[in-house]
Amino acid sequence: MGRLSSLATLDRRWIFLIMGLAVLVPLLLPLGVTIRPSAEVVGFHEAIEAVPEGSVVYLAADLDPGSQAELLPMLEVAVHQCARRDLKIVGACLWAPGPPLLEHTLSEIAADQYGKQYGRDFVNLGYKEGREVVMVTIANEIRSAFPSDYYGTPLDSIPMMAGIESFRDLKLLISISAGYPGTKEWVQQVQSRYAIPMISGCTAVSAPEYYPYIQSGQLQGLLGGLAGAAEYEVLNDIMGAGSRGMGAQSLGHIVVVFFIVAGNVLHLLTRRREGGAA
Amino acid sequence: MSPDVIWTTVAALLTLAIFSFLYRDNAFYKFAEYLFVGVAAGWFFCVQIKNVFEPNLWVPFTKAWGDFFSTGSASMEGLLLVFPFLLGLLMFSRFTSRFAWLSRWAIALMVGAFSGLAIIGYAQGDLVAQIQASMLSLNTGSWTTSLSNLILLLGLIASLVYFFFSKEHRGVTGAVSRVGIAFLMISFGASYGFTVMARISLLIGRFQFLLQEWLPLIGITALK
Repeated sequence: MGRLSSLATLDRRWIFLIMGLAVLVPLLLPLGVTIRPSAEVVGFHEAIEAVPEGSVVYLAADLDPGSQAELLPMLEVAVHQCARRDLKIVGACLWAPGPPLLEHTLSEIAADQYGKQYGRDFVNLGYKEGREVVMVTIANEIRSAFPSDYYGTPLDSIPMMAGIESFRDLKLLISISAGYPGTKEWVQQVQSRYAIPMISGCTAVSAPEYYPYIQSGQLQGLLGGLAGAAEYEVLNDIMGAGSRGMGAQSLGHIVVVFFIVAGNVLHLLTRRREGGAA
Repeated sequence: MSPDVIWTTVAALLTLAIFSFLYRDNAFYKFAEYLFVGVAAGWFFCVQIKNVFEPNLWVPFTKAWGDFFSTGSASMEGLLLVFPFLLGLLMFSRFTSRFAWLSRWAIALMVGAFSGLAIIGYAQGDLVAQIQASMLSLNTGSWTTSLSNLILLLGLIASLVYFFFSKEHRGVTGAVSRVGIAFLMISFGASYGFTVMARISLLIGRFQFLLQEWLPLIGITALK
C-alpha cells in the first residue's frame, strides 16, 4: 500500500522530466522511424502535382510563431513542390504575424534554392485584417483587398499579377492554417462558393475538425500536424523538421500512453485496496 | 558577436526561462511571461495602426477630405469613409458609462455583417455539403468501402439520436443513443490524441530550435 500510495502521489515534475527526455533523446540519437504517407497526405501532394506548370496558386499562410513548429515544415515543403513544378505563388496572410514567416520561406526556398524571382514567380501580399470579409473580397477581386503587396508595391506594377483578378484565375488554394481564420473559413466562404480545388495543412488540434471536408470532397488533401508534415516530406524526398521530429513524437506518444494506462491501473488498484480495507 | 548570435541567444534563454516553470514558479519565468505579454501587446497595437487603421481608413479618408476642401472634388469612396470613422469613434464611448450605449451601434453593425457571412458560409460550406456527403451508397462493389460507409451512417444516426431530447432515452432510443455515446467517445479520443500530438510537436519545435539553431551558433554541435 505504501509503494502504491507513493506512486499515486508521485511528484509531477518526474513526469515532466521523463517526457522531456523522451522527446530530447530521439532528437540527439535518431530512432529511424518508418514514415508511411496516408491517403490525405498523398491527396495534398497529388493536388499540387495536378496543377499545370506555369499556373498560379494561392498560398494562404495563416500561421504565427506559436504554430510554426507544426506548420512551417508544411509551408516550406509546399513552396518546394510549387517551385519545383514551376507554379507561380500568390501568398497572403490573415494572421498578423504571418507575413515575415511567409517572406522568409519564399525567399529562402523559392528564390535562393530554385532561383525564382519576386514579382515574376511569386508574390507576398502581406497581412490583411478582416477575416471572412477579406476572404470573400479576395475571391471576388484581389485588388480590393490587397491594392499593394507586402512592400507597398501596387499590384498593377507587379508583372506576375497581370491578368490575375480573382480566384477564377487561380488553379489551387493551399491553406496553411493555425486556427481561426483558417481552413474552415476558407472552405465555407471560398471553396464552397467558387468550387476552387483546395488543400490544407493544419495544426494537429484542428485536424479532426477538417477530416469531414476530406470525406465530402471539399478538401483534396490534408496534412495534420507534424506527422502530416513528415509524411509530406517523405513524398517530396526532403529530410526536414517534420521527419527529424517523428522519433521524438513517437516516443513522446508512448510515454503519454504509458502514463494514461499506469494512472488508470493505479487508480483501480488504490480503489480496490481502499474498498477491501473498508 | 553578430546580431544573429545575440538575438538567437536571447530567444534561447527566454525559452529556458519559460521551461523553468515546470520545476516551480520563479522570477525567470515571470520575467519571460511579462516580457512576452508586453511585447505582444505593443507589437499587435503597432500592426493594427500601420496595417489596418492607416491604409484602410486614415490615409484614404484624409486624402479624400483634403482633396474635397482644396479642390472641391474627391472620390466618393474616400468621402464615405466618414461613416466607418464615426462608427469607430463611437467605440470609445465605452469609456463613459453615460454614453456607453452608443458603442452598441458599431458593435451591432459588425455582429450583423459577420453573422450574415458566417450563416451563409456555414449553410453552404458545412450543412448542405456535409448532408450531401453523408448520403452514401451501401452497395459500392467494394466490401471495405461499403463497410466504411455503413459505419459512418450508423455513427451519424446514433450520434444524432443521442442529441434528440424530445423523447426519453429508453428502449430502442436508449440503446441507439448509447451507441451514439460510443461513437462520440471515439471521436473525443481521436481529438485528444491529435491534441497530444500538437503539444508534443511544440516541445519538439523548441528543442529543435535549441539544438539546431542556438547551440551551433555558440559553437556546440548537438545533433549528428
